[in-house]
Amino acid sequence: MKAVLLLAMKSAWARRLTLSIALVAVALSSALLLAVERVRHDARQSFGQSISGVDLVVGARTGGVQLMLYAVFHSGAATNNIRWESFEAIASNPAVAWAVPISLGDGHRGFPVVGTTPAYFEHFRYADGRPLAFAAGQPFAGVFEAVLGSDVARALNYRVGDRIVLSHGMAELGPEHADKPFSVVGVLAPTGTPVDRSVHVSLEAITAIHLDWVGGAPLPGLSIPPEQVRKFDLAPKEITALLVGLKNRADVFRVQRFINNFRGEPLLAVMPGVALDELWQTLGLVERTLFAVSALVVVVGLAGLAATLLAGLNERRRELAILRSLGAGPRDIFLMLTVEGLAVTALGTALGVALLTVGIALLAPFAQAQFGVHLTLRPPAGDEWRLLGAILATGLFASLAPGWRAWRMSLADGLTPRS
Amino acid sequence: MSALVLDQLLFRWPRQAAPCLDIAHFEVAAGERVFLHGPSGSGKSTLLGLLGGVAVPERGRVALLGEDLVRLPNRARDAFRADHIGFVFQQFNLLPWLSALDNVLLPCTFSARRRARAGRPNEEAARLLTELDLAPELWSKPAALLSVGQQQRVAAARALIGRPEILIADEPTSALDAERQQVFIDLLLNEAAAVGATLLFVSHDIRLAAHFDRVVALAEINRAAVEIEP
Ligand SMILES: Nc1ncnc2c1ncn2[C@@H]1O[C@H](COP(=O)(O)OP(=O)(O)OP(=O)(O)O)[C@@H](O)[C@H]1O
Ligand SMILES: [Mg+2]
Repeated sequence: MKAVLLLAMKSAWARRLTLSIALVAVALSSALLLAVERVRHDARQSFGQSISGVDLVVGARTGGVQLMLYAVFHSGAATNNIRWESFEAIASNPAVAWAVPISLGDGHRGFPVVGTTPAYFEHFRYADGRPLAFAAGQPFAGVFEAVLGSDVARALNYRVGDRIVLSHGMAELGPEHADKPFSVVGVLAPTGTPVDRSVHVSLEAITAIHLDWVGGAPLPGLSIPPEQVRKFDLAPKEITALLVGLKNRADVFRVQRFINNFRGEPLLAVMPGVALDELWQTLGLVERTLFAVSALVVVVGLAGLAATLLAGLNERRRELAILRSLGAGPRDIFLMLTVEGLAVTALGTALGVALLTVGIALLAPFAQAQFGVHLTLRPPAGDEWRLLGAILATGLFASLAPGWRAWRMSLADGLTPRS
Repeated sequence: MSALVLDQLLFRWPRQAAPCLDIAHFEVAAGERVFLHGPSGSGKSTLLGLLGGVAVPERGRVALLGEDLVRLPNRARDAFRADHIGFVFQQFNLLPWLSALDNVLLPCTFSARRRARAGRPNEEAARLLTELDLAPELWSKPAALLSVGQQQRVAAARALIGRPEILIADEPTSALDAERQQVFIDLLLNEAAAVGATLLFVSHDIRLAAHFDRVVALAEINRAAVEIEP
């Protein structure tokens, strides 16, 4: 039997061109399937891990998913802002332990700028309740001070003490607040969340850089130098959203109702977990469709393999008869064909995993930047092994057909192949 | 002892009303070199399939070297074929993607007995190829690149390696021109004689029968064929 397998290998090598085409098809299709699974898993992981310990996220009235998307993931824009009085009313509600304001809209070289208070660094939690940590420096105190997420610092090669200029809006080449540079006072440790990609400044700073601006453009003829901004009232008038922590989690529905029925202006409060569930539900259909399509692609790839092996059989009829004359039994012939198919599937999936790794390595920065999805470079795990097993099982199944046909053929042909 | 005995043999192809072979008795002595002939379609190849144990008769005995193949399990029949029979065929001979030398060595990878009897298989293969007049520079060439005549000689060497007791040849010369046919047959006859192997040579071309110990027409022994003829 070992001899037969060795010959099967040499024979396969002689047909390496056709087989490698089948192999590439299997590799590409399994890489696709694994990629869909990996992206799905990692997207859930990064979204699910991006915030914790926050009981309510509050913004102007809109969809819950949309609110989460802009307030937490800084993707998309808010339709309306919240008045500062509303923030104060919520923050002073007796059930509320803390409230952190968030003001969005500006950017720095494509990274979002988050206007907030130093309390942000104290109360923000991610993953299983981990607080933010400083890799260098400390929270901002002055008006023109900024704290960078780890990706921002790494991508732009910034250190504490460097000076940066914010731009108006998120466009990478938007108009700049060049007259009011910020100095970097802190760099946060990596979290794997949108925080890594944010530039944090104080709410006063947001007001300050817009003092001489109206409606997205500098006021012509008016320029207020940074030394003078303190003469103005820098207290924020509007914010984009706020994060709320409660003294007692049991109060969450009561506080949510209070905010949703807020008299001052139309507001929306969502529980992050609930909003994420809603997001998954929206994405679920897309996920399942993608998965089904790529599973079909795998089936097509394996059917191609079976077709290649079956088509090759007629040319190999002589070969099989020769092996028979040398003592190979029909079972050996069956084994030879089936093992060949299985080996191509196994090699193909291995190549697929390699392709996936390369693909993830190349796409991870893009996915991080565009979608805030942190794709991890790691060997297959959990469900991915199950998928690989399923591909191999399907490959075995697909190889049984050529094996069975070769078995029948070698029984019928004996030592005399007919072509 | 007889190398080969057929007794009360009846064979019918599936879904065929008339039997293809019906042989009361046929025997080849050990070391005997027999030429078996019959017209095309008379069942010669079918008979060789039975002798090789890849087909099983409806009834009767197919005894090789005293072993009744019919009563052996499938696996054992395949092993017996590998151990004791060297085949040379017309229609197919060599694995085209394997070198000439590796083709000759194939029986040794399938049969421990053939390997043991070959002594040092590589040297034995080289000796056989030299004896069969194949230039050493051709030995490592893939079989597909050899001429038909060269291929036939490699096939003969493959049949001979490990000194199987029985050599079976099915129209091995039909792809060769007349002159080389005779050369090839003489070569097979000599080799068989040299190792004391029994040779059963099957062909429809009676002109090749000259140098054999015995010439048998399939029709003489096959009652099925007699019945078919008008
Ligand atoms: N695998 C098979 N299935 C069914 N019938 C077969 C099979 N092989 C051979 N036959 C039939 O058996 C008969 C004998 O065929 P066989 O190949 O033994 O003839 P042959 O004497 O070797 O002919 P040739 O000299 O042309 O090689 C033919 O009628 C053929 O149609
Ligand atoms: Mg024939």
